[in-house]
Amino acid sequence: MKENLEVILAFIIVLGALISLISAIGVIRLPDVYTRNHAASKGATLGILLILSCAFLFFWVEDGYMNARLLLGIIFVFLTAPVAGHLISRAAYYSGVPLWEKSGQDALKTKNKQGKQKQR
Amino acid sequence: MRTNDLILQTITKIVIFIILAFSLHLFFAGHYTPGGGFIGGLMTAAALVLLLLAFDAKTVKKIFPVDFKKVTAVGLLIAVFTGIGSFIFGVPFLTHTYDYFDIPILGETGLATAVLFDIGVYLVVIGVTMTIIQTIGEDE
Repeated sequence: MKENLEVILAFIIVLGALISLISAIGVIRLPDVYTRNHAASKGATLGILLILSCAFLFFWVEDGYMNARLLLGIIFVFLTAPVAGHLISRAAYYSGVPLWEKSGQDALKTKNKQGKQKQR
Repeated sequence: MRTNDLILQTITKIVIFIILAFSLHLFFAGHYTPGGGFIGGLMTAAALVLLLLAFDAKTVKKIFPVDFKKVTAVGLLIAVFTGIGSFIFGVPFLTHTYDYFDIPILGETGLATAVLFDIGVYLVVIGVTMTIIQTIGEDE
């Protein structure tokens, strides 16, 4: 039973590492800042969450040791990584980084214009 | 132009409690596990810097109405007085001791006087870091 669980945990850790690798490939391959940010923030967050939660479960199963710091880390990364992605994207948009030329719509653009009209 | 920082400010209000709790945990864990006054103080200062990033300097001053230069001075005084306190018992400067006490909720706990010295380090680190960052941030 314990060995089976450890094999499952090892499999999920490799899965998390693979997801992180795929998100890194996405950062290289995707065309502009926003799509890259999309790959980096989502993929890396899920990969790190899988690895951390499996490390927590492994120490719990193996040593009977509940590491509260890993739980806090999971909650912390889950809360902050998407916000960091949001802030980077927004900073890029407001400093005028262009979208990929094939992207269809720019939903923020109209809102931005309305905001400027309100200011006038 | 004042941009809308709702997402950053909301997540800051939640996350700052995690950071402060973890810094206190690091501070008190320092005797037997990795941690201690230096890293705990740096992390508390990091929580305050996160507040400075999400809100402005005036709001942070309203929440924490402390002069961080005085925090540094108080920390140094505490560190010196824990050293001088060893003279009362007729032992050399900065001699530390520990003992086990029965505390109602925590049970038998080892209390060391090195924690008092560590409180001094903690306060000095917070004071110096926040003084550096606030003086750089206020220059215009």
